[in-house]
Parts: sequence; structure tokens; C-alpha cells
Amino acid sequence: MARSAKAVPWFLFAAGGTVIAFILPVMIFITGIAPAIGLFGDALSYETMHAFVGNWLIKLILLGIIVLAAWHAAHRLRVCAHDFGIRADGAVSIVVYGLAAIASAATVVALLMI
Amino acid sequence: MSERQIELEVLRYRPEMDDKPFFQTYSVPCQEEWVVLDALNYVKDEMDRTLSYRWSCHMFVCGSCGMAINGEPKLACKAFLRDYQTKIRIEPLSNFPIERDLVIVQDDFIEKLESVKPYIIPKQEKPIDQGEYLQTPAQLKAYKQYSMCINCLLCYSACPQYALEEKFIGPAALALAHRYNMDSRDVGRSAREHVVASHDGIWACSFVGACSQVCPKDVDPAGAIQQVKFTSAVDYLTSFLPGGKR
Repeated sequence: MARSAKAVPWFLFAAGGTVIAFILPVMIFITGIAPAIGLFGDALSYETMHAFVGNWLIKLILLGIIVLAAWHAAHRLRVCAHDFGIRADGAVSIVVYGLAAIASAATVVALLMI
Repeated sequence: MSERQIELEVLRYRPEMDDKPFFQTYSVPCQEEWVVLDALNYVKDEMDRTLSYRWSCHMFVCGSCGMAINGEPKLACKAFLRDYQTKIRIEPLSNFPIERDLVIVQDDFIEKLESVKPYIIPKQEKPIDQGEYLQTPAQLKAYKQYSMCINCLLCYSACPQYALEEKFIGPAALALAHRYNMDSRDVGRSAREHVVASHDGIWACSFVGACSQVCPKDVDPAGAIQQVKFTSAVDYLTSFLPGGKR
């Protein structure tokens, strides 16, 4: 039996899991819920946020969070498909990791355009 | 001591005479402090000598009396009657073929256990007159928990991945591989790697964690597999660096 290449997506999955558990809930609160209920006043206005994300360090951090979360979700869906009895791991992998790759590329493009 | 009448619904299957498994009910006069194994022994001694099941130590050491009690994988010697209602359903461990009544065929597990080389592979064989291998308390602690496994197979019975994928090496064998990998006297990690880190090894585990929930010895096979995933993933990635082990 050969060593499995599953180590690579698993690393992204594990890192993404940590990011999702610790950072994503706070991100959702700060960018989604807090402005909606009027917290922080103008600090979260479009102009302020746009300038904030324009910083290269912030771009890099955002890239890390979004890309890792996407690969985590992809690997989770691959495992779910197996659990649901879908016996086509190759095809499922191509679809879910393909989507994660597209999401990663789109994130890079979006961040570069800011 | 109070006595209680328990209805035991036991799955019977004797391949030479039964077309398919069926439930047989025994009404057993039980003492309050009995475990399920005591009730089965009462049936065997006083009511029906044809009933077959494995047991030996009656004290969660031998790992022989694993069975599904009300659908949950348990050691019959550790399942106290006071925790159950009047009716108790007893079946052989799921995910294994039935040999006879509550006895399962263990061959698949034994083969997998052998495949992970569950013994110390020393750097150099030491003659007995040179004395013991010494270990610090910290070195002992690194693997002791995983060495508590009694091969009772409750974890295989609880594992949804093993149910789906028969080739999966499974919780106990992988936890035992980890036990030897973590032992300071052992240098066999790379000899186990081709099984442990294969597609049917740790990577078939999706970390459901049922194995650790049912383990009667608190081995935590799911935790062991997660740790092996990390070290194996590091091994895999560094193998592509210059000087990495291929």
C-alpha cells in the first residue's frame, strides 16, 4: 500500500477548521451582524472598510482566512459525500476541490482589484 | 440483595440448523448487582446449554465479551443490569459476520492488527544479560494510554467508516500502531507507515469519534488517529524536500 496523497488536502482541511472555529464567527459578527444592528457607528462604513482592506497586510490575512475556509469546506463535503454513500471519490474530489480552487482564484482577483 | 426478573432477548444463530438469525427470549431471575454477563451465564448454566458467547475474565481485562446491548456496543461484564429496563436486547457486535449466536468472526481484525506490526521494533536487539530498557515516566506517559487496548472490537462495531469501508484498517489497530510509534524503545514507524498512512489507513477515518465513546478502556483511538494524521501529513509533505524520506 502506498502512502496516500490525502495528506495535502487534509492539511488545508485542518488549518481551515481552526480558522473557521476561531476566526469566522467573529468575522461574521463584525462584518455582518454588528453593522446591521448599528454597533460601532461609522467605523464600519463602506469607505472606512474599503480603505482598511486596501492595506496589503489585511489583504494577505483575508486571503488566508477565505482560502483556508474554502478548502476546509471542500474536504468536508468530500467526506460527507462518502458518508452519504456516494461511491465516486475521484469525481467528487474533482468537483469540490475544483470549486475550492475557483473560490481561491476569485478571492485573489477580488483582493487585487481593491 | 433484591431479585429482579429480566427478559433477555438474545439473537440466536446456529449455522448448521438455523436458516437465519432469530431472537429467543429468556426470562431470567437476576440479582440487582448483576451485569449482563451474569444473566447470560445463568441462562447457560440453568436454562439453555446451547447458547454460545465468548467470555473469560468478568472484569474488563480480557476483552472477550463484547456484544451489542440494546444496540450499543458494550462489554457484557461492564453492563450493569441496574442501568437497564426489564427488557434487554442482546446481539452480536455489528460489522462482523456471526460465527454462532453471539460469537463473531474476528479474522478481519486479526489480519489488520498483524499488518501494523503491533510489537516493539528495536534499533538493535539487546542481549538479556545487558538488562532492561529504561524509560522515564514521561516516555511511558507518551504511549501508556494507547497500550490499554484489550482488542474487544467495540470500536470497530461502533465505527461508521468501518461499516461503509471494509478495507479500513480501523480504530484499534491504528491506535496500537500509534502506541508502538510513540514508544521510545521502538524505531518501527517507517515500517508501519505504508499501512498506517495509506488510503485505507488513517485517511479513511473522518473523525466521527464513536470509537472513543464506546471504548471501555478510555484508549481514545480517534485521538490517536488524529495525531497520526498530523505526523503522517508532515512526513508526506517533507518527503518532497531535498533530503526527505521517500
